[in-house]
Amino acid sequence: MNLIAASRMRVIGMIRKESLQILRDPSSIAIAFILPVILLLLFGYGVSLDAKHVRLATVVEQPDSNSASLIGSFQQSEYFVPVAFNSIQEAEQALKAHKVDGIVWLRNNFSRRLLSQGNSPIGVFVNGVDANQARITEGYILGVWQNWLSTYARDQGQDLHIPVILEQRIWFNTAVNSRYFLVPGLIAVIMTLIGAMLTSMVVAREWERGTMEALMVTPIHIREITIGKLVPYFILGMGGMFLSVAMAVWLFDVPLRGSFWALTGASALFMMVSLGMGLLISIVAKSQFVAGQVSIIVTFLPAFILSGFIFQISSMPEAIQFITHIIPARYFVAILQTLFLAGDIWPIVLSNSAALLIMMFVFLGLARRKSRKRLD
Amino acid sequence: MQTLRRIFALAVKELLAILKDKQSRFVLIAPPIAQLMIFGYAATYDLNNIPVAIYNEDHSTISRDLVAKITGSPHFQLVSDIDNDGQISSLIDEKKVLMVLHLGQHFSADLKRGHTAKVQVIIDGRNSNTALLTLGYLRSIITEFNLNWSRQNGLPDPPASLQIRSWFNKNLLSRWFVVPGIIGLITLVITTIVTALSVAREREAGTFDQLLITPLRPIEILLGKSVPGILIGLTEGSLILLVAIYWFDIPLRGSLGALYLGMFLFLLSATGVGLMISSLAVTQQQGILGAFLFLVPSVILSGFATPIANMPEFVQLLTHINPLRYFLIILRGVFLEGDSYSLLFNQYWPMAIIALLTLTAAGWLFRHRMN
Repeated sequence: MNLIAASRMRVIGMIRKESLQILRDPSSIAIAFILPVILLLLFGYGVSLDAKHVRLATVVEQPDSNSASLIGSFQQSEYFVPVAFNSIQEAEQALKAHKVDGIVWLRNNFSRRLLSQGNSPIGVFVNGVDANQARITEGYILGVWQNWLSTYARDQGQDLHIPVILEQRIWFNTAVNSRYFLVPGLIAVIMTLIGAMLTSMVVAREWERGTMEALMVTPIHIREITIGKLVPYFILGMGGMFLSVAMAVWLFDVPLRGSFWALTGASALFMMVSLGMGLLISIVAKSQFVAGQVSIIVTFLPAFILSGFIFQISSMPEAIQFITHIIPARYFVAILQTLFLAGDIWPIVLSNSAALLIMMFVFLGLARRKSRKRLD
Repeated sequence: MQTLRRIFALAVKELLAILKDKQSRFVLIAPPIAQLMIFGYAATYDLNNIPVAIYNEDHSTISRDLVAKITGSPHFQLVSDIDNDGQISSLIDEKKVLMVLHLGQHFSADLKRGHTAKVQVIIDGRNSNTALLTLGYLRSIITEFNLNWSRQNGLPDPPASLQIRSWFNKNLLSRWFVVPGIIGLITLVITTIVTALSVAREREAGTFDQLLITPLRPIEILLGKSVPGILIGLTEGSLILLVAIYWFDIPLRGSLGALYLGMFLFLLSATGVGLMISSLAVTQQQGILGAFLFLVPSVILSGFATPIANMPEFVQLLTHINPLRYFLIILRGVFLEGDSYSLLFNQYWPMAIIALLTLTAAGWLFRHRMN
């Protein structure tokens, strides 16, 4: 008998069995197609780091034309919604009660010092609980202040002397729109979840239901079981992936500057890695409770926090940076952010793909070693 | 009395079911602690050692002085000195540096003649938040340089200057913001998982029918199944709290009682959601899927990493049904702002309502989802 043909027949049979199982329990199809759509919609619209409409309390102790022009600059800025308060005490109460995010305070000698000795202080308080937003808000306030200074000098017919100014150019995302980097990153997070969730319970389920024993008495090899289980889920996962990319491009208007084929190749690699990871979990765990628990712990939060999706990896302590190397999403986030915003930068795409390739072999190899056709 | 004894017995049985297995005991204890340690260090927006390349065409002491101020700051790290335009794009494209600073030939001459000298800066905008923060760090160095230069050369001060102070977190350490949030994050994950599978597991094993024919009333089953989730959540929450205070040195300025009241209500609502998922799920796989479907949006739309105020109106409205949203405000309020019960009242009652609704729904589903 032709051994290869027999093996192929067994693999095809296994794929058929898994596919039927997927079709009968629609939860897998929901994971692959509906989940990414819902998540991407929710996050694409919900997640943003661009502080707009910062509520700013303004306290002017002695209103005049100078204070009016300064407060006017805040009103004109798209980042602020100024609210006037009569006294600093009231404004501080509002800041404590989270009714405003910051205070600009012009004391009663503001104009006098402005005209006489200069360096007239503008008091600024911001709520620093969210340090990142506070820093960004301070940056905006600084910008408003600098613009006002030059307008003021021009109106006075003076020459405002600024020794050094910055001419900034922000590449790849000139409008500094945080959605452009968050959406590609979210795709990586979502696909990590989906890949691991699809497979993490498939083997554990066979053990718990006792159907693993039934499979064992058939002539099928463990390798054939693995392939048979991977193929249908790979197809499902890639479908979800394409859906996410389409939404990123057409719904969220994120530019896709790299080539579609590079994106497809990298995605296929990443999908294999996360399916392999899920498979390994389900083989080691043997109970669905543990498999589910482990797959949530090792996929979602690490992909969210350690992948460079939001938090900059190079700023983490050395030891943590080292740990990020075993998070597959790290490589995929780097590839996606580059392919979407910068284009086909091969050194980045290839080096990160190589890392994914290694991880794929490690996970699938471990899964192969850990799975034995044996009853313990 | 009878009721209490029954609930107690069921709670003990549930706890044993979770804790007797070595593997599941391990996944409940080790990962949360490991996650707190790792995420506590990793989850920060503060940037240090930003890789920088300098392209200085002006070889004067003044320009070298400015460059030294920038590269000497803990935020920046000099990676390479370059001598022509052509090198810039490959350095940025391949992420070798995040920022290139270009000082033209006339930099010091302009400065000395009293003209405004320009410094060009090119920043990798692939992560726009990082780009903005980098620009912010650079701006404050330049502002300080300008002030010193003006003073040294007898130039007038600017007519007005900013005096910025930040409340509650003077040095704007983002760890102070993130670590209290992780307490909420991890207790939510653990409690949801423990409860979301509790009924589905019995359904798959066929023991749920047995439970239903015991003298236990549905409300007793509900309470007996809630207790372990809350107990495990409280234990893990306290453990993480200790690490946050004593290891990460996050200041605890408010009332601990107010925090625990919040934690209890939060766990109650998380348990309610978990049990609801569990009674809807026929298989454990569906239970896990349900837990995921609840957890992921809960975390992302909670204000943990990105502020709720930046979301569109509709999504902001949606966050009001998310218990984590309220608990995060309580955690940060108690830790950093020194809040007590009265200021947090508006966070307590929504969680109480969510808990009431979800637990009632779970109890109803226990009885009405027999097939």
